[in-house]
Amino acid sequence: MGKTLAEKILRDKSQTDAMAGDIVLATVDLVFVQDTTGPLTIKQFEDSGFAAIAEPEKVAIFLDHAAPSPSQQTSNDHILLRHFARETNCHIYDVGNGICHQLVAELFANPGDIIVGADSHTVTAGALCAFATGMGSTDIAIAMALGKTWFRVPETFLINLIGSFSKGVYAKDLILYLIGQLGADGATYKALEFGGESLAGLNMSQRLTIANMAVEAGAKVGLFPSDEITQGFLSSQGRSASYKPLYPDADANYERIMSINLSQLEPMVSFPHSVDNVHSARDAKGIKIQQVFIGTCTNGRLEDLAVAASILQGKRRYPDTRLLIAPSSRQVLLQAIEKGYIHSLVEAGAVILPPGCAACLGLHQGVLGDGEACLSTANRNFKGRMGNPKAMLYLASPATAAASAITGEITDPREVIID
Amino acid sequence: MPETVLKGKAIKLGDNVSTDDIIPGRFAHLRSNLPELSKHIFEDLVPDFASRVHQGDFLVAGGNFGLGSSREHAPLVIKMSGIAAILAKSAARIFFRNAINQGLPVLLCDTAQINDGDQLEINLTEGVITNLTSNSRLTSTKIPPLMFAILKEGGLIPYIKKHKDFEL
Repeated sequence: MGKTLAEKILRDKSQTDAMAGDIVLATVDLVFVQDTTGPLTIKQFEDSGFAAIAEPEKVAIFLDHAAPSPSQQTSNDHILLRHFARETNCHIYDVGNGICHQLVAELFANPGDIIVGADSHTVTAGALCAFATGMGSTDIAIAMALGKTWFRVPETFLINLIGSFSKGVYAKDLILYLIGQLGADGATYKALEFGGESLAGLNMSQRLTIANMAVEAGAKVGLFPSDEITQGFLSSQGRSASYKPLYPDADANYERIMSINLSQLEPMVSFPHSVDNVHSARDAKGIKIQQVFIGTCTNGRLEDLAVAASILQGKRRYPDTRLLIAPSSRQVLLQAIEKGYIHSLVEAGAVILPPGCAACLGLHQGVLGDGEACLSTANRNFKGRMGNPKAMLYLASPATAAASAITGEITDPREVIID
Repeated sequence: MPETVLKGKAIKLGDNVSTDDIIPGRFAHLRSNLPELSKHIFEDLVPDFASRVHQGDFLVAGGNFGLGSSREHAPLVIKMSGIAAILAKSAARIFFRNAINQGLPVLLCDTAQINDGDQLEINLTEGVITNLTSNSRLTSTKIPPLMFAILKEGGLIPYIKKHKDFEL
């Protein structure tokens, strides 16, 4: 029988048949932690009794979640992580380099790789056809020590994409729509695999947005085939040699097949306090917001800032609505400066935050007040996520976020986009 | 897993309890100070949790327990609070793995049959839950043998110290 992308990658890395349901031991190509999960990982690694990490060049530490540090305790955690990197010779990306998932895409992820990270949004690298999934600190510590870990080979849902987006509709709207259809646990333990004629029109930035949120439907991975788009992205990062084509078999076995026509989608908004509470932006019209946040591993890339800048250029943010922007990496920030996006955004009243997770998880740089509402381009709107359980969090695309920053209330971007 | 039969009281929770509900992300700066961090368990969702929980109690949740972040501090603070096992209709995969890696049993079963305060007896080897209050029995979904072996050793660190590798 043919194989899905998940089965193919796990077959190659486990040297077994790796059919859905099997438990396999597979070698890993990258193991990483960030600054809120790294300290426990180090403690577990030390408790495990291993003298050294298996392959330091396959281990990375990212200081992104609370960066620059907002507290003494976090600063001490950062010291611990820097010390561990020095001692073990693993990679470290210090404050200001960007979000772990963006840097993994830019620097590490190759088609066919297995990537495990102590962060649930590790699934992002599925956009590059890497079997990438989040784990906790202990699993990551042991993966560092052994250079391998165990997986249950997941069953796969094929998401067949047809048609192309209409004006004002983006990858974020597609993934919010899909999560609304599946529910927050609709794909638990499963692989999502994206296919269909529309793939050729989805650039890497859009694919990363979609793969990033696979976990919000409970999925273990969100995989795209490795194709010309993948090749083009790797080449743009100076990593052409890492490219190899990778597709599922034509007779692969899927647990479920869904079809989505992109041309029928409209701008979507996820309402508090769960990601699957999805409505159309039209239905959200008039909801007042005190903060707009454009950034994160979901939507902090150059293409996202380009859309926001095009909508905000020559306009001003609504006086009572703060506009925060965090590029997802240093590379993104530099390119956004070169292209003039940062200039347009700052002129429109935006605050530019350093490359990193910024306001996303409520540690710093934009914590909300009691009763405030924020429209964010992030992936999660759980109660308390942005640092205050008395705040309301809405999720949408950068276009919807930018349009809403102008009006001070949630706004369908098609109302402000000029052809 | 020194004890294979556990007895305790059910503390009932709803569906979709996230890792932010269990231990809010805003306390990330306390993660290297577990005694301090654990004081904030369920602070937003069940503010009186600390006064309600007793050593050996069970958390009994609905669907998708532990969704969200990969923070292993979530099962860790649950274990530190005295909770001996989690029963849920379903559990998010990272949380599920993390709990087992911490030696905290998670049993997937039809938790709608259990009420808050029910006295339960859990046989971990058999995966059978006896509700002593309603005099009924539930069977939980079998977990893969490797996960059971990790749980039996008390978590992944003791398992690895003993076996030096994963044994399929």
